Amino acid sequence: MSNTELVALLPLISFATVITIVLLAIPFWRNLKGICALSVVGLLISLATILWTTRIVPIQVTPLVLIDQYALLFMTLICLATVAVALLAYDYLKEREGQQEEFYLLLLLAALGAIVLVCSSHFASFLLGLELLGISLYALISFPIRGQATLEAALKYLILSGVASAFLLFGTALIFAALGTLSFNEMVQGFYVDVGSNRLYVMVGSALMLAGICFKLSLVPFHMWTPDVYEGAPAPVTAFVATVSKGAIFAILLRFFIWTDAYQYESILFGLGIIAVLSMLAGNLLALMQSSVKRILAYSSIAHLGYLLVAFIAGRLAGGAALAVEAASYFLVAYFITTLGAFGVVSIMSNGNRERDLDDIASYEGLFSRRPFLATAFTAMLLSLAGIPLTVGFVGKFYIFAAGVQGALASYGWSLLVALIIGSGIGLYYYLRIVFAMTKRPAATDSAATEWITIPVAGGWVMLTLTGTLLALGVYPTPLIELINSMVRSLPL
Amino acid sequence: MILLWLIIVLFAGGVVAWLAEGWNKDWPRWVSLFFLGISLIIVATLFGNPLPGDGFVTGNLTNESAWLVSFYWSWIPRFGINVQLGLDGLSLLMVGLTVFLGVVAVVSSWSEIDHRPGFFQFNLMWTLAGVVGVFVSLDLFLFFFFWEVMLIPMYLLIAVWGHEDRNYASMKFFLFTQISGMLMLVAILSLVFIHHDTTGVYTFNYFDLLGTQLSESVGFWLMLGFFIAFVVKLPGFPFHPWLADAHTQAPTAASVLLAGILLKTGAYGLIRFTVPLFPSAFVEIAPYAMALGTAGVIYGALLAFAQTDFKRLIAYSSVSHMGFVLIGIYAWNQYTLQGSVMQMIAHGFSTAALFMLAGAIQHRLHTREMTKMGGLWKEMPRMGAIALFFIIASLGMPGLGNFVGEFLVLMGTFQVNIPITVVAALGLITAAVYSLIAMQRTFQGQPTAEAAYPDGLQDYGARDISVMIMMMIGLLFLGLYPQPIFDIANPVLANLHTYTPHGSPAWLGSLL
Repeated sequence: MSNTELVALLPLISFATVITIVLLAIPFWRNLKGICALSVVGLLISLATILWTTRIVPIQVTPLVLIDQYALLFMTLICLATVAVALLAYDYLKEREGQQEEFYLLLLLAALGAIVLVCSSHFASFLLGLELLGISLYALISFPIRGQATLEAALKYLILSGVASAFLLFGTALIFAALGTLSFNEMVQGFYVDVGSNRLYVMVGSALMLAGICFKLSLVPFHMWTPDVYEGAPAPVTAFVATVSKGAIFAILLRFFIWTDAYQYESILFGLGIIAVLSMLAGNLLALMQSSVKRILAYSSIAHLGYLLVAFIAGRLAGGAALAVEAASYFLVAYFITTLGAFGVVSIMSNGNRERDLDDIASYEGLFSRRPFLATAFTAMLLSLAGIPLTVGFVGKFYIFAAGVQGALASYGWSLLVALIIGSGIGLYYYLRIVFAMTKRPAATDSAATEWITIPVAGGWVMLTLTGTLLALGVYPTPLIELINSMVRSLPL
Repeated sequence: MILLWLIIVLFAGGVVAWLAEGWNKDWPRWVSLFFLGISLIIVATLFGNPLPGDGFVTGNLTNESAWLVSFYWSWIPRFGINVQLGLDGLSLLMVGLTVFLGVVAVVSSWSEIDHRPGFFQFNLMWTLAGVVGVFVSLDLFLFFFFWEVMLIPMYLLIAVWGHEDRNYASMKFFLFTQISGMLMLVAILSLVFIHHDTTGVYTFNYFDLLGTQLSESVGFWLMLGFFIAFVVKLPGFPFHPWLADAHTQAPTAASVLLAGILLKTGAYGLIRFTVPLFPSAFVEIAPYAMALGTAGVIYGALLAFAQTDFKRLIAYSSVSHMGFVLIGIYAWNQYTLQGSVMQMIAHGFSTAALFMLAGAIQHRLHTREMTKMGGLWKEMPRMGAIALFFIIASLGMPGLGNFVGEFLVLMGTFQVNIPITVVAALGLITAAVYSLIAMQRTFQGQPTAEAAYPDGLQDYGARDISVMIMMMIGLLFLGLYPQPIFDIANPVLANLHTYTPHGSPAWLGSLL
């Protein structure tokens, strides 16, 4: 392995080093604040190595790992999101009983899994990253065990996610049996042309694999676990599951499709189109009936992944891969910021040593009067999820519409767009329901409405940064668009 | 640059008003008034600009230098999106109306809003900023951006400060306008991508997109995306159901904004975007649009007649009046276009005043039911006289602005389609019926058996009267000497003709 290759691996190496240090430190230094600071500093150092690596990409390191701008962009996103989650989690954990330091170890391990995912170019590293991410999440979801809901959520995720991984593995095995390779780069030759008698293997293998991935992305009809897990998991972990976990898996899915040119597979895309329509409609419709903010956000994230699929599917157009990567990347950045912010509010609301998170809509009533800053931040997040101007979500939604319209104009039908419009319309209703609850004039006798929430320092800064970024990128998105564009141009599309 | 400042002042005013709430509950409305005063001065200087040639810019629509004021700044170069603002006669009239009614709205909310006055003023100012943005945007993305910006604050105005059924009404308003807005977004994007396919350039620039070659069916569908979004806002039959609820439940200031300004964005959009961008589809839709307008005139009037809720009655009368605007736009000659613009302005004044009256009555009697009123003139003579004036304006009495608008629309439509004119002219009769009924049930006669007036009903004070008098003067001016308005709008409307297959009949300016 040459020096350049080692430098290219620096983000992974530094991540692993930080994890080892944290692992060794925890037994000797039971100090939540210290461990949190250590993790955050480690994450920032890894971030610095990512930025440093940009000079030598793209580079293939071993057949397993491809470090290119695409990978680096998502690594950066994952790192920043993990920092936000780490800070939110500190406020969330500090007043709870028991020893909480291991949370950071698990969080870093999960983030490493996600980072491995986004730079893998081989099924071996893909599965490695996926399992590292998944297994850390089982523990994270149940982290400070606070009764049955948490355990139920963790168990549900463990079993269902295990089944999904099995599907994925079996699908991979079938594809390997047909093509004799696990590397994305080598697959492209054999994927369509030489399928021949093995066509059935590849078809079934791809279907199984996609089922597994759709489960992890919680797309309809593989979404059943989402609301329960979102509700049961601690709010910072929910934020992590919703952003880092889904984002990384989506990134690798897109990579896989582009690198193996799986876009030529019309039947797969047809299936994904149906999944997208179902996710947009079912996600938004089911969210209407919820009374828990976390469950609403869970269903809304199902719908958002459906929107993302619209951009994804646009990759089949002539020259559409660039548009798909660009639209999906921007939408994901918007989704990361917004979702982190939304769950950040829930997390701040749920601080203190309480049995379950404060996620009933009723407990958000009158928040504008009690905590104007928090309520404003939450409103900004919800409006961004709804795709209203001045927020980053608007530009994200704009990209999705652009991708959808291009697909429709290229005579792939308007059904995706129709579902997108109907879904967005329904979505407004439940986002505004939360905003409306917050604007309610609080009744003086209501105990939940008069409860004072202290905004913690770390969480407060996270929210301020997220809200600021959300508005800045909503008003002037050009810098991010140009960054993503330069990344897209560097890809061999 | 001055246009950008006009918008920034309104945005900033909203933020400052919100912050001012922390100091003193009375400050926010003063802050709003101050910033609106600045905007008013800016607009006034625009009106007073030394105008080249015949008194106004008579340039080609595509000649950007022909615009009174324009501003250009590259915003999102990736898609050819620019902050491109321009002001011509039509925009100028609309912006002037917006800022003026903004002042009226602030005054009408003066003593009505106790809960979170700062946040109220914030929403009010941001709505105004969005509307001004809509009237001056010459980039379709920017236009859509402002189109959406004005929705949320308006939603909040209704949802937070509205009356008993505000939740339902605000949601209905939002869903109608938002979903139709998304149809417009799809149409805008389709237009841009089709333009990109033929030219290889991404652009949202209005001038670049004007000449886009579209096949007949595609052009029709894209036109429909714009058309529905604007007709929902107008509101035209059958897209009007949101209006009555939103108006009835909204606080007075929001009703003033909604009726006075927001409805006009729909008409403006039709004139500025729908027709010029899709000239060939215009021919296909025009008869149907005029029929919808006529249906709106008659149906709105019938519904208004059937109401017992004072605000609902005014709301449905808006449907009727805006029906004339829709007919006027799609009859598309100089008479009807001028008539539509005149009707927009006059309707803005008269309906805003009527909503203020309705709000004032509700504030005093705690009801909007006309069955619980009657004989109010005796109790509040000043208010009664003012109400009579605006009721008469609304029913189209010659000498006031509304008459000029409706008359011109009917006169011009007669050249295009006689049956439509005949049916729409019935609207003048029905307007008299429902307007006078409203007047009789509220201010005249004796209090009904159900009426229970609190002691010491307060008549209008100096503050309200001065605003009302301004609007009265405005309506009289429009009705007696409308020529300046025609002169301002004429170059724009005349140029628009070059984008449609219709021939351009003799200019109105030379006739009047």
